[in-house]
Amino acid sequence: MELLVAIAIMALGAIVLGAALGYASVKFRVEGDPLIDKIDSVLPQTQCGQCGYPGCHPYAEAIAKGDAEINLCPPGGMEGVQKLADLLGREVKPLEAEEKPPQVAIIDENTCIGCTLCIQACPVDAIVGAAKQMHTIVAPLCTGCELCIPPCPVECITMEPIGESLDNWKWKYPVVAILPAEKKAA
Amino acid sequence: MFDLFKFKGGVKPPTNKAQSTTLPIAAAPLPARLAVPLHQSIGGTPRPVVKAGDTVLKGQLIGQADGWISAAVHAPTSGTVRAVAMRVQPHPSGLDALSVVIEPDGQDRWIERQPVDYGKLAPEDVRELLQAAGVVGLGGAVFPTHGKLTAAKSVPMEELVINGAECEPFITCDDLLMRERADEVVRGIGIFRDLLQPQRVLIGVEDNKPEAIAALEAAVRARGESFSVVAVPTRYPAGGAKQLIRVLTGKEVPAARRSTDLGVQCFNVATAYTAWRAIAHGEPVVSRLVTLTGNVRQPRNYEALIGTPMGELLAVAQPNPDTDGIIMGGPMMGFLVPDRDAPVVKATNCLIAHSDRLFPPAPPEMPCIRCGECARACPHELQPFELYWFARARNFGKTQEYAIFDCIECGCCSYVCPSRIPLVQYFRFAKSEIWAREREKNAADGAKARFEFKQQRDEREKAEKAEKLAKAAAAQAAKKAAEAAAAAAGEAKTDPAPAALDPETAKRATIEAAMARAKAQREAAAPRNTDNLSAEQQAEVAAIEARRTQAAVPPQSHPNGPTE
Repeated sequence: MELLVAIAIMALGAIVLGAALGYASVKFRVEGDPLIDKIDSVLPQTQCGQCGYPGCHPYAEAIAKGDAEINLCPPGGMEGVQKLADLLGREVKPLEAEEKPPQVAIIDENTCIGCTLCIQACPVDAIVGAAKQMHTIVAPLCTGCELCIPPCPVECITMEPIGESLDNWKWKYPVVAILPAEKKAA
Repeated sequence: MFDLFKFKGGVKPPTNKAQSTTLPIAAAPLPARLAVPLHQSIGGTPRPVVKAGDTVLKGQLIGQADGWISAAVHAPTSGTVRAVAMRVQPHPSGLDALSVVIEPDGQDRWIERQPVDYGKLAPEDVRELLQAAGVVGLGGAVFPTHGKLTAAKSVPMEELVINGAECEPFITCDDLLMRERADEVVRGIGIFRDLLQPQRVLIGVEDNKPEAIAALEAAVRARGESFSVVAVPTRYPAGGAKQLIRVLTGKEVPAARRSTDLGVQCFNVATAYTAWRAIAHGEPVVSRLVTLTGNVRQPRNYEALIGTPMGELLAVAQPNPDTDGIIMGGPMMGFLVPDRDAPVVKATNCLIAHSDRLFPPAPPEMPCIRCGECARACPHELQPFELYWFARARNFGKTQEYAIFDCIECGCCSYVCPSRIPLVQYFRFAKSEIWAREREKNAADGAKARFEFKQQRDEREKAEKAEKLAKAAAAQAAKKAAEAAAAAAGEAKTDPAPAALDPETAKRATIEAAMARAKAQREAAAPRNTDNLSAEQQAEVAAIEARRTQAAVPPQSHPNGPTE
């Protein structure tokens, strides 16, 4: 009898807890994978596709699924790889491609024929212009992804590195100068 | 006597002020060329309103304020604009910024100055006048003054604090200003008082400037004002706004809050002076007092035009031959100007001729021994040694937890550090990295939002296009089907095709209609090559035609009619 009571109590407990868990899994269900958003927030959002995925979010999805390596994002640089490695507990790997300084696209407005192809190619709507009208880049919005270069039929778009100005100048890491010891023998 | 409070920490470096106070203020000679930077205050960069070749008069507007937090810039003397171009800035980076280069004509002709009686103007108009005159905080932060002259509605304005402490070593320009132009300073304070309506006005001056205190007291008495001139103990950085407020009112401004939240507003004495000149004399800010001192033979205060090259100005004080650089600001918070051509700006209160004799090169940095001297000296009660560890390790999140943005970079911690660690440099590095990251993060968020919007828009456009095409195709198909039905009815009395609803039947109907049309065309087609025939050929054709009609009479079992 005692045996049966014990089994009944355990079974009841299992049913109650199971029901609670089942309810919680429906009620507090997390839509989507929160890890994807975390990875996405580390990526630089240039939407350049240099990783082989059509944008930063698809790449984040691929990383979260384990399909992609964490070292495929050149605009993120080694710092980005480091951050992803910290986030995911993976090993830091050298970057697949060359790291480039931040750059901005410039349209040679004299050569532009107003074909709108670059406007369609720009993933972040940083180019303004209309058909048969000159186009121009809204420099502060440009992510430097280079996606506008291949479609241009007259090759009037060039990439220029963003120089240092008073607005983006940074104090440098204080470096202690190591001076050679004074020649005492002389 | 007035009850004073104390701020924590602080240091007492040798003041080195006596050298430059022996002589009265003198006017600096007109330089050969002036480069006036457009961005001389916090906020928006003024837009240039002159171009190369224009002639300008002294006080003429050359840069229009861009937005409310921005202040206008004026020509410091009469002459010709030679260029509106990038010129080197008085900034530790030595980078260029847009400046108006003026070649003086030597006549120093003013624009038509229009003094106003501000008592008759609405407060908004006075603020606008101050903005148009380019009046900014001359204590060093160059915040546009008009932006600080609106009393908060929620908090009663209790104290107006006027900062004449001038705590940093070597600098004496405010001291001389108070000694020689106390009356105008007091009248400027009167403008601020009338706009803000505080309960009391406190003028804080360090007690190492008895002449200035006496002059101010005399001026206050002469004007019949109720301002209290308070001598505060000499202790660096008593002239920091938050420190002076603490000493005079006992109020401690919390982190990330403004003094106005506590009913206190603070202005520098030189700001009050320029505000008075702007309102009562119609003179915009085109010059300021600059202390020339350090390794020079003739230390003195000069009234220098904005835009004067620093090297040229310092030459007036006859620097000693071993001078190897110029420090803008004081020895605690100033920086070595990377280029002698950098111009004097509204923030330039002092130029110190640098030499290794006066400022021996910093000895090598030693490891932090956690003695805690820096924490004792910090006037903001921060823990510089902790901030140092985190900044050094680039652990910027932690530096923010330890309130790095409350650091005013006064340099007390570096001054007392027995290991001679350049602490402030680490903090500046950490701050600018944090700002850069913030900028990058904002840019990335913006790019992401625009990318998502574009994707959404592309999809919507695609859907709209597909819908439009489907609609057009359906309409076309329906039309064709109707035509085909009509044609078929005309020929073979078949049932009219049902109105095509789905694209599949519409397509089939279209194809059938096309086939029917083709058939009809074929049947109606006249044989080719029937012109210019010989009689024989004609006869042959007639024979064939006869046979064909004969063959065509029986029911058409063959779908393919004769082709030739």
